[in-house]
Amino acid sequence: MDRQVILNELKKVLVPYTLNKEALNNINEQTDLIKDLKINSANLVDIIIDAENQYHIEIDMDSAERISNVGNCIDVIIEKMGSPN
Amino acid sequence: MGSRVVVTGLGVVAPNGVGIPAFLAALKNGSSGVKYMPKYQELNFNCQVCGMPEFELSDLESYLSEVALYGLRGSTIGYAVKAAADAWLDAGNTLNNEELLWETGCVFGNSVADTEAMKRIIEFVDAKQARKLGSRIVEQLMNSGATAYISGLLGLGNRVITNSAACATGSQAVLMGYEYIKHGTTTRMVVGSNEYVDPYIFGAFDSMRILARKFNHAPQQASRPMSATAGGFVPGSGAGALVLEDLEFALSRNANIYAEVLGGETNSGGQRGGGTMTSPNPEGVVSCIKNALKNAGVEGKDIDLISGHLPATAADKMEIENWAASLNRYGDDFPLTNSVKSMIGHCLSAAGSIEIVALILQIMHKFVHPNINLEDPNPEIAKIVSLERLPTKCISKDIKIAAKANFGFGDVNTCLVFSKYEKNG
Repeated sequence: MDRQVILNELKKVLVPYTLNKEALNNINEQTDLIKDLKINSANLVDIIIDAENQYHIEIDMDSAERISNVGNCIDVIIEKMGSPN
Repeated sequence: MGSRVVVTGLGVVAPNGVGIPAFLAALKNGSSGVKYMPKYQELNFNCQVCGMPEFELSDLESYLSEVALYGLRGSTIGYAVKAAADAWLDAGNTLNNEELLWETGCVFGNSVADTEAMKRIIEFVDAKQARKLGSRIVEQLMNSGATAYISGLLGLGNRVITNSAACATGSQAVLMGYEYIKHGTTTRMVVGSNEYVDPYIFGAFDSMRILARKFNHAPQQASRPMSATAGGFVPGSGAGALVLEDLEFALSRNANIYAEVLGGETNSGGQRGGGTMTSPNPEGVVSCIKNALKNAGVEGKDIDLISGHLPATAADKMEIENWAASLNRYGDDFPLTNSVKSMIGHCLSAAGSIEIVALILQIMHKFVHPNINLEDPNPEIAKIVSLERLPTKCISKDIKIAAKANFGFGDVNTCLVFSKYEKNG
C-alpha cells in the first residue's frame, strides 16, 4: 500500500487525539506524535489499537515501542500488513 | 480558625432538572423526575421506576476538550464534571485557563465508580481482549475518577479528595470542604458528589427488597417520604456541586454570596445500640445532629427548616423522632421539614449534594419546596409532629437557619447547618 495513502488514513485516526488541528493537517513523515501534535504519550496506546482495527493487524509491544513519528508508524503498519498473522 | 465559610456557586444534574434554573423551577412546582423503565420490567426487577437525569455525554462539549471527551464513557463522571463546572462558572470563575490554583481544592464523593467502564473491562477481559481496552479505562474505573477530571479541568492545586460514606457521602463532602477552609488549610473548595445507578447497582438494591414496588404504573407517585404508603425508596442518579470559600476571599473578588455554612458533624453509630449495617443507631443520629448544632453555634429553636434524609422507608418515622428529640421540638413547634427525594428519589451518594443545592436555593429564593406524594401521611409520624410542618405545597418563607442530614449504610451520619448570609452574622 502507498505510504501517502496510509498517511492520509492515519490523519483521520489521529483526529480525536490532538487539539492541534493545523499541525495535523500539515503532517508529514517527520511529524513527531508527542512533540508536534502534543498527543498525550499515554494515548499512543489508543492510536495503536485504532490502527490495528483499521488495518486488521496486530502490533506487538516491541513494534509499538518503535513508533514516535508518522513515518515509523507507517513502517510498522506496512511491515505488519506484509506479515502473516 | 474563626474564618467564615460561604457558598458562592451551585451546579446540579438532577432527575427533575439539569442546571440550576430547571432544578429551581422543578423544586417550586413539585415536579417529579421519576420515570418508568421498561428495561427494568424485562430484567424482572420488583421496582421498575427510577430518577434519571436528562443528560448525554455530549452535553460536556463546552467543558471538556475533544481529546478529553473522546473515550469518556461513563455517566457518573459526566454528571460530576457538569455539576462541578457549572458551580465553578456560577461562582464567577472561568474554565480553560492554564493557571494552577494552589489555594483551591476539591472533595467529591461517590459510592461506586463507573460501572459502564467496569462492564467494558469484564467483557473485554473475558473475551481475552484486554489489550484492546486502551489507555482511558483506568481513569474511569478509579473511585477518584470524578475528582481527577474536576481538578484537571479547573486546575486545582490544594487538597483533592474522594470520599465515600454511602448515602451520607454528599453531605460529608460538603462538611469536609467546609472544615478545610475553616481550619485555614484551603481558601476555596469545590465540593459535591455523583452517582449513576445503572441496572447492576439497581438490581443489587432491588434484591434487598427495600425499593418502592407498588407504583410501577404511576412512577411520579412512587417516591413517598413520610407517607402511610411509603413502601421503599426509588433509586436516582445525578450529581450536585457547590463552591465554598473563605468569606474574606469571596468578598475580595466581589463574589455573589448565596448562604453561609455554619458548621456540621459527621459520625457513626458504630452499629451498636440498635444500629446495624443498614439502619442507624438512634443515639448516633441524635449525637450527630446535636453536635452539628453545637459546632454551628445555634440551638434547636433556631432551626427554620429541616431538609431530611427521609428516603420513604420504615426509617422515616425514626428519623422524625430523632430530629424531634435532638431539637427538643414536637407537634406545632417542629420546624418545617421536607424531602427532595419525594421528587427525585434517592440518589445514594449524590443525594446529599443535590439536596444541599436544593436547600441553598430555598434560602436564596425564600421558599420551602413541597413534599409531593404526602396526601396520606404516616399516622405514626403525625403523632410526633404537626402535619402542617410537613408542607405539601410550596410556601414562601424567609429561612434564616436550616439543617440538613443524611444517613448511610454502615451506620454513618452527617448533619450540616446553613444560614442566610448576613454581613454581621
